[in-house]
Amino acid sequence: MSTVKLDITKEHCPMTFVKTKIALSKLQSGDILEVLLVEGEPLQNVPKSSREQGYKVLEVSHVEGLVHKVLIEK
Amino acid sequence: MDFNEDQIQRYSRHILLQDVGVEGQEKISNGKVLIIGAGGLGAPVALYLAAAGVGTIGIIDGDVVDLSNLQRQVIHFTPDVNKSKVQSAKEKINLLNPDVNVITYYDLLTASNALEIIKDYDFIVDGTDNFPVKFLINDACVKAGKPFSHGGILRFDGQTITVLPGTACYRCVFHAPPPANAVPTCSQAGVLGAIAGMLGTIQAAEVLKYLTGVGDLLTNRLLTFNAKTMDFRTIKVKHNHKCQVCGDHPTITDLIDYEQATCEIKSNH
Repeated sequence: MSTVKLDITKEHCPMTFVKTKIALSKLQSGDILEVLLVEGEPLQNVPKSSREQGYKVLEVSHVEGLVHKVLIEK
Repeated sequence: MDFNEDQIQRYSRHILLQDVGVEGQEKISNGKVLIIGAGGLGAPVALYLAAAGVGTIGIIDGDVVDLSNLQRQVIHFTPDVNKSKVQSAKEKINLLNPDVNVITYYDLLTASNALEIIKDYDFIVDGTDNFPVKFLINDACVKAGKPFSHGGILRFDGQTITVLPGTACYRCVFHAPPPANAVPTCSQAGVLGAIAGMLGTIQAAEVLKYLTGVGDLLTNRLLTFNAKTMDFRTIKVKHNHKCQVCGDHPTITDLIDYEQATCEIKSNH
């Protein structure tokens, strides 16, 4: 089980979730993806879309300023 | 395979789909599809499959572009008149999506070349305009165990069925071509241009569903529509155990070049 980091703070919807899915596709089941994203649309949509498509969202936490961290388990 | 940044952008709307995703797009990108006929049906099929990033698209057609084709064959443009349809189609596909490897056959599909041409492809699309070749495509695909999509349009009507090994084939439903001259082709009877797009895009969707394994294919169901009423129907059909080509005791063991009606000599798909 490993953790991979992904920074999508400069991406816009829907490429935020596209990049998240690309990163998840390279992981093994049980691996964790640590996603950095900004609040607003990305923070609203990426965890929601991840859950809808069958991934487990373990944690959503504030990092600093507009940036948040989401932990997604494949 | 790893998609580059441009490919991630290009295919993002497929990747977003839960049923397609990165894995499904990889299957599309590895797919090899043969389109028979670069006319009314083949045009939208080729454009949507190229847009989708199907890795290899083969196109066979022995005709050149005629001014009367442009009303419905949307892959060909006015400056393409007199150019071979396969060359015209290849140029548009390359412009639309350079990822696609296009293989062209400037030829008619016949009993002598059909099996050799279809053998390298995962899925075959019938985009032809006459009964003899529709039966030839069916028989060749059944014999070779290749999945294919049958499609046909005339006036305001369209019909399509997807055939996989073991499901009802075209000949299970329609036993033999009608007599020569009994049936007009779309070039003689007329056809509403847009229904080529309606039917061809259904066929393209079936190809993408087949390559990705998503959903239920149009097998054992013949879809028909009429554009005047906009009624769509699916008619359940069954594998026919007495079918001459896929039944228990097939009587057709060699491919057949049925006679073309004389009025079809100048065919314009």
